[in-house]
Amino acid sequence: MNDLAIWATMLAMALVTLLSRLSFIAAWGRITLPEGLREALRFVPPAVLAAIILPALVIRDAQLNLSPDNDRLIAGLVATLIAWRTRNALATIAVGMVTLFLIGMLR
Amino acid sequence: MSVALREFWAGVRAQLPILVGVVPFGAIYGALAIGAGLPVAAAQAMSALVFAGSSQFVAAGLFAAAAPWPVIVLTTLIINLRHVWYSASVAPYLAHLPLRWKLALAYLLTDEAYVVAIQRYARPVAEPDQRHFYFAGTGLALWVAWQISTAIGVFVGAQVPPAWNLDFALPLTFIALLATAISDRPAALAAVVAGVIAVLAVGLPYQLGLMLAAAAGIVAGTLAARRLRQRPAPEVQP
Repeated sequence: MNDLAIWATMLAMALVTLLSRLSFIAAWGRITLPEGLREALRFVPPAVLAAIILPALVIRDAQLNLSPDNDRLIAGLVATLIAWRTRNALATIAVGMVTLFLIGMLR
Repeated sequence: MSVALREFWAGVRAQLPILVGVVPFGAIYGALAIGAGLPVAAAQAMSALVFAGSSQFVAAGLFAAAAPWPVIVLTTLIINLRHVWYSASVAPYLAHLPLRWKLALAYLLTDEAYVVAIQRYARPVAEPDQRHFYFAGTGLALWVAWQISTAIGVFVGAQVPPAWNLDFALPLTFIALLATAISDRPAALAAVVAGVIAVLAVGLPYQLGLMLAAAAGIVAGTLAARRLRQRPAPEVQP
């Protein structure tokens, strides 16, 4: 792909991303969501985040891996415990990274 | 300090711990984009223009594989479609703002900024409502960190040993965000259902499994919340 095509593709990527983000923000008032659907939106953060996290922990090399050999699953569980107990993002990320590093060293 | 400025800095501060996980991810993207053969300026500009981490990762891979441009744009759209939900979620709070604010905040509506900002909107506020400054602060903090970390990755990223597992910082960031997003049992159920479906649907192309899983989690949470409300209050025994 030449430079011009790369830049044109990137601009199109930026446009579709911005339109996704702008969609309801721009249309609010002209379209209204029914009350039930509005209530459902409060479940967007837990649902989307969990749907990103869980495959990242349990799918290794395109296979479901729930065994103790799965370093990322172990480190992720440790991080989850820290996150749940402390609600501290810094501690969660630091402990998770260090745990994964240490498991890798020990194996 | 004015209320607006105080909200802005509170938003910046709330985002700072999250950045610890985002910066390594940005650096990896920078290194990956250069490895994919993108010119330095284009690799950096993608972070500024598109500003959506996971889709930038996938796009770098598609550029490297010389995929045709409609495939790259369509894949980007599908991966970023989850932002439509975020948009619907914040829309009622932004309804009173002028268009330039709506455009700016939509541009800053990333996963991390959304999760932090929506928790601010859940808390009460004194009139006049200046919480959009909090949203702007939290979004801009992430934007600046994303640009700087991309630049770091573009220039030094390829020298970081893979044994450091820097890419693991992103799921860890999301774990930290998830802990703050689970406020009650229906929310916990939404997370469990979405997580399990996402694992089962992982073979679907273009991350469609993510959309399907999120939808299932949202439905499960909504039904559970409705059920909890309908259940009559337990009678008090003497």
